[in-house]
Amino acid sequence: MLDPQIIFAGILNGLLAGGIYVLVAVGLTLIYGVLHIINFAHGSLLMLAMYAVFYLWRLLGVDPYVALPLVIAGAFVFGFVLYRLVIGRFNHGRDENILLITLGLSIVIDNAALLFFGGDTQTIDVPYAGSFVELGAAFLPLPKIISFAASLLLCAILGLYMAKSDTGKAIRAVAKERQGARLVGIDVDNIFAVSYGIGIACLGAAACLLMPTYYVTPSSGHAFVLVAFTIVVLGGMGSFVGAAVGGFIIGITEALGGLLLGEQLGQIGISLIFILILLLRPTGLFGSKA
Amino acid sequence: MSPRTLLCLVGLAAAVIFPLLAPNYLINVGMMVFFVAFIGQSWNIAGGFAGQTSFGHVVFFGTGAYTSTILQVTYGWNPWLAWPIAMAAGAAVGWMIAVLSFRAGLRGSYFALITLAFAEVFRILANSVPFTRGGLGMLIKADPRPINFQFRDPIWFYYLTLLLCVVAILIAWQLTRSRFGARLVAIRENEEAARALGIDVFAEKVRVLTLSGAMCAAGGTFYAQKYLYIDPNIAFGVDKSVEMLLVSMVGGAGTIFGPLIGSVALTGINEVTRWLASVVPALKNVQPLSLVVYGIMLVLIVARLPDGLMGLFRRKPRHA
Amino acid sequence: MKKHVGKPVSRRGFVAGTTALATLGFPAILRAQPAAVKVGLIHPVTGFVAYNGQQNRLGGTMAIEDVNKAGGIKSMGGAKIEALLGDSQSKVEVGVAEVEKMNEQGVAAYIGCFQSPVGIAASQAASKYNTPFLIDVGASDLIVSRGLKNVFRLKPGFGVCVDDGIASLGALNKAAGGVAKSAVIVHESGEFGTGTAKLLQGKLPSIGIEAKELIGHDNPTRNFDNIALRIRSLAPDVIMMSNYGNEYMLLARTLYQQKVNVAGFFSILGGGFNYKFVKEMPDVSQYMMDVNHWYNPRSPQAQELKKRVEATGALFTFEVYLTYTNVMLLADALERAASADKEKLTAALAASTFKAELMPYGPTKFVNGQNQGGKPGVMQALKGDIEVIAPEEFASAKAVFPKPKLN
Repeated sequence: MLDPQIIFAGILNGLLAGGIYVLVAVGLTLIYGVLHIINFAHGSLLMLAMYAVFYLWRLLGVDPYVALPLVIAGAFVFGFVLYRLVIGRFNHGRDENILLITLGLSIVIDNAALLFFGGDTQTIDVPYAGSFVELGAAFLPLPKIISFAASLLLCAILGLYMAKSDTGKAIRAVAKERQGARLVGIDVDNIFAVSYGIGIACLGAAACLLMPTYYVTPSSGHAFVLVAFTIVVLGGMGSFVGAAVGGFIIGITEALGGLLLGEQLGQIGISLIFILILLLRPTGLFGSKA
Repeated sequence: MSPRTLLCLVGLAAAVIFPLLAPNYLINVGMMVFFVAFIGQSWNIAGGFAGQTSFGHVVFFGTGAYTSTILQVTYGWNPWLAWPIAMAAGAAVGWMIAVLSFRAGLRGSYFALITLAFAEVFRILANSVPFTRGGLGMLIKADPRPINFQFRDPIWFYYLTLLLCVVAILIAWQLTRSRFGARLVAIRENEEAARALGIDVFAEKVRVLTLSGAMCAAGGTFYAQKYLYIDPNIAFGVDKSVEMLLVSMVGGAGTIFGPLIGSVALTGINEVTRWLASVVPALKNVQPLSLVVYGIMLVLIVARLPDGLMGLFRRKPRHA
Repeated sequence: MKKHVGKPVSRRGFVAGTTALATLGFPAILRAQPAAVKVGLIHPVTGFVAYNGQQNRLGGTMAIEDVNKAGGIKSMGGAKIEALLGDSQSKVEVGVAEVEKMNEQGVAAYIGCFQSPVGIAASQAASKYNTPFLIDVGASDLIVSRGLKNVFRLKPGFGVCVDDGIASLGALNKAAGGVAKSAVIVHESGEFGTGTAKLLQGKLPSIGIEAKELIGHDNPTRNFDNIALRIRSLAPDVIMMSNYGNEYMLLARTLYQQKVNVAGFFSILGGGFNYKFVKEMPDVSQYMMDVNHWYNPRSPQAQELKKRVEATGALFTFEVYLTYTNVMLLADALERAASADKEKLTAALAASTFKAELMPYGPTKFVNGQNQGGKPGVMQALKGDIEVIAPEEFASAKAVFPKPKLN
């Protein structure tokens, strides 16, 4: 049907797109794994981070990649504080309530952004946006290659942190067994806040990597979150490795589905995979128990 | 007669008399309150009573809307006759999703997410297949005569949604008194224990989702008849799923009157904030502000009332 | 005095009350300021398309200000127009609720709603009260195919835009020696994009171009890399687009970055073809052509309004001048009807021959609610600005087709 060159190019495109998806998904899966909540505010927070990147570029002339450490740190603090002041405070320990709170938060954030930033679409123009690498039939834009590489790097760093550092171990302990962790003296509430903060920090990174090739409006975060949910389930809810692998799989599926079935039906491919995984292997590729 | 029953009857009487005194605009608001309460109750039965939270309930709504509209517009069926078919379609979809999901052992967040995925699949399909006219949407010819399930006077739409809401409340009330309902609550509280007690958990969950699907689909048909136009986004967009779950949870999930109270409260807040935005000169052009206020109020309600608004009327919380 | 109109009374009582008041009449001395004519503006000022809705509202409120400054509706004793502002939140039921609310407030006419589904439902609701409903933006031809007497659409529907686009493209292609033989159509998957794409597919052969493929995409789309890849493998001569602002811009940028070479980009109602796009991305937009609602660049009023709008920091997008023009159409009808009475106003609108000074339109002529005199313009982005290349009498520059290759 389609020339293998094109298929190969599609796979490459998918991998690159996956880079961003992975970051968004990793944050979501971390928050789910530790706090057992589906963070409805994820898309809105991504949007906020993207505006931060935009204004840093527009007002201070900071290149989005240079801004990475700053935005990641800022996002972490924002997420931590948000959890401490709002989410953690009001949930009375009940998961359904957190859902509603994050939902309410997303409404507030989306409309506050509309109020303060206005509704127009904002883009960033970086000088290297036009550069690309040619590989057969594939034209890989430089910013996307950078975001792919950066995403892998950040995931590796995060993975190491989770595996080796004390906080990382504490986080994994809390994710596995909340009560037990409390019993051995881990400050569980603090870990919750830290985990939420890290989840949002991932969004900060994703924002920096997205802005050179995408755009921001008060509603632009949500498109990525829907696909992030799929990835999180595919990879196994709470599984960090799963989110990383899942992100790339989905990126490729989206690309190939789009090429073979037409863009619209290709999007069905994502939802169908989602359904099939849930039905056949609900724990996902790397998850533990359902 | 218990004070509770008296209160209900007074409320019902007030609801019946209200549109005879109120201007059209308020009748319309009232209709929307009861409509959202009705579809909210369809969610509540599965999500609140049986504890099967779904994020994709709109899939039933859209199924109902499209079924009756296609039968009416493409095949010339009378909409009143198409209505029960739409409900049957909703039931069938409910059954299918339940069987697939529960057979695979999905629970909690997994189940919620798979319903979301199903809704998305239906939306994309509706956009792609010819018999739904895809993205063009479907227009129902305006001919406001009762035989066409269209009414010139909005008061009839109001009474119809009031009736649907009352029926839904009665269904929920029946659940609290029947063995079926008791089994659902047992499943919600502790599925393993319920199984140990001999409850056929799978069958009950399928049953409740089938019922929920039928109810929600009924709402879909009503909506199509009221607004006379549907497209894949209107029929399967995620907004309605959120609305259904929101009114139930804010009102009090698993309670009989929860969705109604939640609908009244949220509509009230919405109307008040929009009125504020139009009346305060400085705020005249800042509609987003009213939504910011709406979101803040939502967070505050959840913060102060973890059991939902019905928690205000209870002595002890329903949940542990 | 008599009945307090503000208190809720029975609906019949309400109507009877106001009629009674009207027939009482007032002594001439008290007739200081005639009652304002209320006009409802319903647009999505929050939600996904908040920007567009806000632009609509800007145009509408500016126009109403202008009418009032010029002395209001003179045949009604200088009655001012009062704007009632409504947010449809992009939802059908909210738009309809606004219609009902404004009806309660005694609105004489509505203008709205940017999105066709909302416009369809809202105008349907308004027809219950026989209140005129002016569709300022809304592409679906379903809007004017329902036989509703109260619906008026000044701007041309996409049928006309497609026809004009085909004619223009055909002329350009002929002048270039028939260099374009194939096209790929990229469209958003809603009613606007799908409808336009299907129409185009059917008509392109008449100018010697084959539509190789129709590629539909969602709103929003996360990235266009795969569509770009597909387009590259199809190697069309012309790429035609029908989508909303963000996707239009993203697709154009992606195709540019991937160095996709074509004879031309020709969009029909390309949502992102505006000054912001052209000024912020001059390289990407250079030589792109669009068939869209545009103002008449030779009209001094249009240029003046453009300056005023830009002075407020806003862009002069089509939402602004379409809603502005609709207010002017309404004001003209009010003048001729000398009354805000619904029947008279509807009749005045139906018989309108209003000449929209800002637009490249002929005099208004409504047939079944659709203005036959409306025309889109054909524009091309040249050197960081937008020039009108057709129709001839409004053109400000000559077209460049085929466009030079990207290296």
